[in-house]
Amino acid sequence: MSASDGLIRKESALPQPIDLVAVNRIALLTIVRKEIRRFARIWVQTIVPPSINAVLYMLIFGTLIGSRISDMDGFRYIDFIVPGIIMMSVIINSYSNVASSFFSSKMQNYVEELLVSPVSNLTIVVGYVAGGMARGLLVGSLVATVSLLFSDIRPVHPFITFGIAVLTSMMFSLGGLINAIFAKSFDDISIVPSFVLTPLTYLGGVFYSISMLPSFWQTASLFNPVLYMVNGFRYGILGTSDIAIWTSFFVIVAFIVLLGTVAITLMNRGVGIKH
Amino acid sequence: MNALSISGLEKTYGSDMRALKGIDLSVPEGDFFALLGPNGAGKSTAIGIICSLINKSAGTVKVFDYDIDLQKEAAKASIGLVPQEFNFNVFEPVLPTLLNVAGYNGIERGEALRRAEYYLKKLDLWDKRKSAARALSGGMKRRLMIARALVHEPRLLILDEPTAGVDLEIRRSMWAFLKELNEQHGTTIILTTHYLEEAEALCRNVAIIDRGEIVEQGEVSQLLSRSMLETFVLDTRGHPQTAPALDPFVIRVRDAEHLEVDVPRGESVNNLFQRLTEAGIEVTSLRNKSNRLEEFFMRLVSHENAEAK
Repeated sequence: MSASDGLIRKESALPQPIDLVAVNRIALLTIVRKEIRRFARIWVQTIVPPSINAVLYMLIFGTLIGSRISDMDGFRYIDFIVPGIIMMSVIINSYSNVASSFFSSKMQNYVEELLVSPVSNLTIVVGYVAGGMARGLLVGSLVATVSLLFSDIRPVHPFITFGIAVLTSMMFSLGGLINAIFAKSFDDISIVPSFVLTPLTYLGGVFYSISMLPSFWQTASLFNPVLYMVNGFRYGILGTSDIAIWTSFFVIVAFIVLLGTVAITLMNRGVGIKH
Repeated sequence: MNALSISGLEKTYGSDMRALKGIDLSVPEGDFFALLGPNGAGKSTAIGIICSLINKSAGTVKVFDYDIDLQKEAAKASIGLVPQEFNFNVFEPVLPTLLNVAGYNGIERGEALRRAEYYLKKLDLWDKRKSAARALSGGMKRRLMIARALVHEPRLLILDEPTAGVDLEIRRSMWAFLKELNEQHGTTIILTTHYLEEAEALCRNVAIIDRGEIVEQGEVSQLLSRSMLETFVLDTRGHPQTAPALDPFVIRVRDAEHLEVDVPRGESVNNLFQRLTEAGIEVTSLRNKSNRLEEFFMRLVSHENAEAK
């Protein structure tokens, strides 16, 4: 073990200025690369199960049960539920990826690698969120591809479809990050997906149109943010929705701004990551 | 220029647990500095604050004149940290562990690869570059943390008990590496350790922290010269069952073949040998009971504790 033949050299007494833009650009790429490599390395846990779940939903609810259900909003039942099932995969996977990855970095303390480096908190948040989006959109794309076996729908508004998917994955990645920041145990990062996300998703119009509900439950459904994403995405694919598309965009963007602000504030205060 | 300037640093956990009580500390650039103290003295808290892992309650910290509050990015870019506990992703292979940290510090991929190879080879880890960190031995994990801390070539390297649990051979080779890093490449090194012989062998300056306060600070050699006495273990032939009284030396019988002798500062060891010979005790060899810094440290800390009681 020797330090000679050095790359490392004695430096001048003057502090060297650092290019913060370059540092954060490279750091961001590094975080995103690391996050993608993480879920790709354990693809059997991260990519395959959600895809199989989606296939089962389409097979059971869409084909077996759906064949006995009449058209919904003028579409075959399987065609109606495919956008919601894709969106459900995007939501759960974006959320879980960031919650699990950031919480692991806290548990094993390797979040300190980031905290002692000159990378900004904004870059850390954007990097983890981008990783969550990558997984959410990848699984969503796989589910969409598999859905072609059961349905022959094509996006009516491809840009809206893509835009809603991207914004939704961003929003739930931020949610997963906030969950991980507060979490103190693995139970804390599984409670929200099980007891909050899943019910909200099922009640967010994945399997039905809210126009079928009594008026009270129609109004109550409007407080469920997932409704706006599912319906926005359904509008992009089928051209039909319970909600005006710009309302969907507005609600999603408003949540992104809110959650993004909360995430950055928590990081700046060191909540859950500093003593 | 000081590599580190700390002024009035305080940290209070909760409402009344004062881990640091307003410490002042300066470490000149290029120094090899030891921060010593018993468990819970505040060493790791101080290091955590310097490295932005712990929020301070009061005071200022400057790293190469960069204030950690006002110019934190520049301050952080100057620091490499080897923490006490393993804090890497155990599932990540060795090479990506270094590449990630290089990236977080703004080092382009090609340069990061070059540096990672350099430091992994220097620390005998290149052959393990594809192994997951969890598969490494304890000593290898310690070396991985050193390589990781150096990959962005910081001007200040902080090591929090870097050789804990490492076998003697690896410890010695780490000492040589760190000494060379400091002497030949000008890297300022701050070391906390429980192996006080490590501090005595490596460091020029030392601060001793106890109960959140700096109780002693200065050159290692000066502190040692203030040590009031040194204890030797003598291998003997034919010493009596009760210890002879040979004032000013204090002698204790350890067993049938060993005596322990406290030699006050300024007293000649030749004088001790002469007195022992006159008492009919033959000394076949002698050694320090413990290293001198350890004795000084123990006396200082026990004195502080007694005063606190």
